[in-house]
Amino acid sequence: MDSILPQLLTGLAGASSLFLVASGLTIIFGVTRIVNFSHGSLMMLGAYIGWSILTRLPREPEWFVLGVLATVLATALIGVVLEVVVLRRVYRAPELFQLLATFGVVLVLQDVTLWLWGPVELPLPRGRWLRQFVEIGGSRFPMYDLILILVGPVVLGLLWLLMNRTRWGTLVRAATLDREMVAALGVNQRTLFTAVFALGAGLAGLGGALSLPNSSANLNIDLAIITDAFVVVVVGGLGSLTGAFVASLLIGILQAFGIVLVPKITLVLVFLVMAVVLVFRPNGLLGRPQAEAREATVAAPVIRAAPPELRALGVAALLLAIAAPFIVGEYYLTVLTDACVAILFAVSLHFMMGPGGMASFGHAAWFGIGAYAAGLLMQWIGAPMPVGLLAAPVAAGIVAALFGWFVVRLSGVYLSMLTLAFAQIVWAICFQWVDVTGGDNGLLGLVRPAWAHDARVFYWLALALSVGGALLLRRMLYAPYGYALRAARDSAARARAIGLDVQSLRIVAIVIAGAACGLSGAIFSYGKGSIFPTYITISHSVEALLMVLLGGLQTVAGPIIGALVYTGLADILVRSTDLWRLVLGAVIVLLVVAFPEGIAGAARRLWLRGREA
Amino acid sequence: MLLSVQGLNTHYGRAHILQDMALTIAAGEVRVLLGRNGAGKSTTMKSVIGLVRPSAGRIAFDGVEIAGEEPHRIARRGLGYVPEDRRVFADLTVMENLEVGRQGARGGMRAWTPERLFELFPNLGRMRDRPGGRMSGGEQQMLTIARTLMGNPRLVLLDEPSEGLAPVIVEQMANAILALKGEGLTILLAEQNLHFAGGVADSATVVEKGRVVWSGTMEALRADEAARTKYLAV
Repeated sequence: MDSILPQLLTGLAGASSLFLVASGLTIIFGVTRIVNFSHGSLMMLGAYIGWSILTRLPREPEWFVLGVLATVLATALIGVVLEVVVLRRVYRAPELFQLLATFGVVLVLQDVTLWLWGPVELPLPRGRWLRQFVEIGGSRFPMYDLILILVGPVVLGLLWLLMNRTRWGTLVRAATLDREMVAALGVNQRTLFTAVFALGAGLAGLGGALSLPNSSANLNIDLAIITDAFVVVVVGGLGSLTGAFVASLLIGILQAFGIVLVPKITLVLVFLVMAVVLVFRPNGLLGRPQAEAREATVAAPVIRAAPPELRALGVAALLLAIAAPFIVGEYYLTVLTDACVAILFAVSLHFMMGPGGMASFGHAAWFGIGAYAAGLLMQWIGAPMPVGLLAAPVAAGIVAALFGWFVVRLSGVYLSMLTLAFAQIVWAICFQWVDVTGGDNGLLGLVRPAWAHDARVFYWLALALSVGGALLLRRMLYAPYGYALRAARDSAARARAIGLDVQSLRIVAIVIAGAACGLSGAIFSYGKGSIFPTYITISHSVEALLMVLLGGLQTVAGPIIGALVYTGLADILVRSTDLWRLVLGAVIVLLVVAFPEGIAGAARRLWLRGREA
Repeated sequence: MLLSVQGLNTHYGRAHILQDMALTIAAGEVRVLLGRNGAGKSTTMKSVIGLVRPSAGRIAFDGVEIAGEEPHRIARRGLGYVPEDRRVFADLTVMENLEVGRQGARGGMRAWTPERLFELFPNLGRMRDRPGGRMSGGEQQMLTIARTLMGNPRLVLLDEPSEGLAPVIVEQMANAILALKGEGLTILLAEQNLHFAGGVADSATVVEKGRVVWSGTMEALRADEAARTKYLAV
C-alpha cells in the first residue's frame, strides 16, 4: 500500500485547517455559550480577504505570512463588530434564539460577500514556493501541506499557553464556568466576550487564508465548513481545545482515507463516526457534562391554551383559507399550498422542540424521508398518491423510532448536533446513492390522481391534512401524554421519580414529530411533482427552526404564525430583491433582538398587557 | 457611612422580595443581617452587588449612588461579594481562583497577596494547585472568601459563611472573620446562626419577609429576649 503515507499526510493537513476553525468555535462556545453558526462565514471572509490581500503582494513566502497575519487581524476586527452589533444584544436571549441570530448573520454575510467579490470562485495564483514538493518515502508531497500539518499543533500549543499561562486566559476559563461570579469579582464580561469573539474570528480567518493555496475563495465555504466544524467540536467535546484537536485529526484522516476507500459514502462515514462517538460518550471525547452556565435562566415555555379571541381569529383565518382559491390567482394558490406544507413542517418541529424540549437541527430529514418514501413507492410499485401520503408518515415514523433510540440519550446542543448529523446522513444517502434515488437529478414524475389534479382541489387537500395534523398534535399536547412529555422536559429526574419513562416519552415525541413532518414532505412532493436531495439540506432544516422560533415556542399558534410569516416573507423577498438573503438575515437578527420570545410570544404579552391596563 | 441602603425594593418577576429594606454600615463595622430562610438576606446582598436589579431604592457606597450599576463596576469600587453557595471555579486551581479575584491595591490599605491569605487560611496554602472542584466544602468556603479579598475590598458582603460546615470549621471561620475585623475590614454578614453571628458582629439588623423588623447593637439584641424569640427562634 504505497498510498497510505501520502493519504495520511493529506489527512493531517486537512485536520489542521479543520482545527483552526473548530478551535475558534469551541472557544467562543465555551465562554459565551453561543453556538456560532456564522463561524463558517468568518472563515469564508478570511478566504476572500486573504485573496484580496495576497494577490496584491509579491509571491514570496515572507509576504504570504504577512498577508495571512493581516487577514487574521481583519477577520478579528470583523468579529469585534459582529459581537458588538449583534451578539452582545442576544446574550440574554434563549440559546436557540442566539443560534437563529447567528444564522441571520450567515445570510447577511453571504450576500455581502457575493456583492463585494462576485459569484466566481477566486483561486490564489501560487508562487513558486507553493509549488515545491518534498520527497517522503518515495513519493512527492506538497511542501505547503507539510507546513499546514505543523500549523495545527503550533496553534494548539499557543492557545494552551494563552489559556493556562496568562491572566486573560484564566479569566476566560473562569467565565466559562460561572460568568456571573466573574462579574461580581470585578471583571468586565463585555470586553472579555468581545475579545474572545475576536480571537475566535481571527482563528477562523487564519483557517480561511491558509486554505487558499489548496482551494479557492468561494461562496460555499461557510455552510460546508460549519458542518465539519460542528462535527469536530461536538466529537471533541464542546469547549475543549484538546478535544477539538483530537477530533480534527480523527475526522481529517477519516475523510482522507474515506475518499480513497469508500468514495461514495465519505459523508455518511464522517457523520456515522460522530453518531457512534456521541452514543458512547454523550459529551464528546474530552468533554465533560455541561454544567449549566450560571445566570438567570429563562423559564421553559409554558404552553397555555389560546384565549377565546385568538380561537375566533383562528377560525376566521381558516374560513378565509378555505375560501382563498376563489379569491387569489394561480400563483398565490401555489404559495398558499407551500404555506400549508410549511405549517405542518413547523408544527411538527415545535412538538419536538417546545413540549419535547429537543431542538432538532435536522428536521428536514423527516421531510425528505416522507418525500422519498412516496416517490420510491410510486417508482417501484406504482403506488398512487393516497398510498404515498399514507406511507410517508409511516416510513418517517419507523426511521424516527430507530433514530430516536440513539438521540434520546443526549441532551442540549449535543442532541441538536446528532439530529444535524443524522439529517446529513440521510441527505448523503439520497445524494450519493444515485441508482436508487437518482442522486442530484432527483425523482421526477410524481403524479397526482385525476381527482386531485386541479390546483384548487390539491390545495384543499393540503390544507385539510396540514390543519388536521396540527390540530391532532395540539390535542396530544393537552392529553396526559402531553403533560408527561412536558414534565420530562422540565425535569427528567423528577419525572422519573414519579414513575414516568422519560426516554420512551421522548422517543414517542420524535416518532410523532417525524411522522407528521414526513407527511408534509409527501404533500410538498405531490405538489411539485418531483423530489430532490435539496429537501434535506441544512438550510431547509434551519427554515423549520426559523419558523418555530420566529413564532415562538410558548404558544401552539406560534409555529403556525411563524410558518406563515416566513413563507410570506421569503416569497416577497425572493421576488423583489436580489439581495434577499441580506434582507432576510437582517430581519431575522432584528426580530431576535426585538422579540426574544418570538412573534406570537410578544403578541401574547402585548395582548395580555393591553387587557390588564 | 460606608454603605447606606434606603427604601430598597426588589422583585423576582411578580414576587415582591425586598420591601423598603434599609441598613447602614460604618467603616470598620461588622454588621450581621439576621433572619430565617427566605427573609431576603441573600437578595439584599445580590441587590447591593448588582446581580439583582432593584426596582426602587437607593444604595450609596462611600457616598456614591450605585443602585442599577453593573456588578463589575460595583465590585471595582471596592465592594466584595462572597456568595452563599461558594461558587468556586471548579476547574481552576486555588492560585487561579485567587487570580480571577485580583484587583489593584486601594489607597490606605495593605494589599492582599496569596501569601498573606494563606496565613489567614493555612489549609489553602497547602493545596495551591488543587482544582477548586476537588476541595471540601469548608476549604471551598475559605477559597471564596480569599478570592474576594484578592480584590482588596473595603466592604465585604459575606453570605452565610457558616452554612453547612462542620463545627470545627465554623470555629475557624469565626476566627478568620475576627482577624479580618482586626485588619479594619468592614463586613456585612448574612447569618441564621445567632451563636456564630454573636461571636463576630458589632451590630445586627433582623429581617423578616423582606423588611427590617429590628436593628441595633449586638448587646441590645442579646438583651432583647422577646425579639430573639419572635424573629429568630426556629
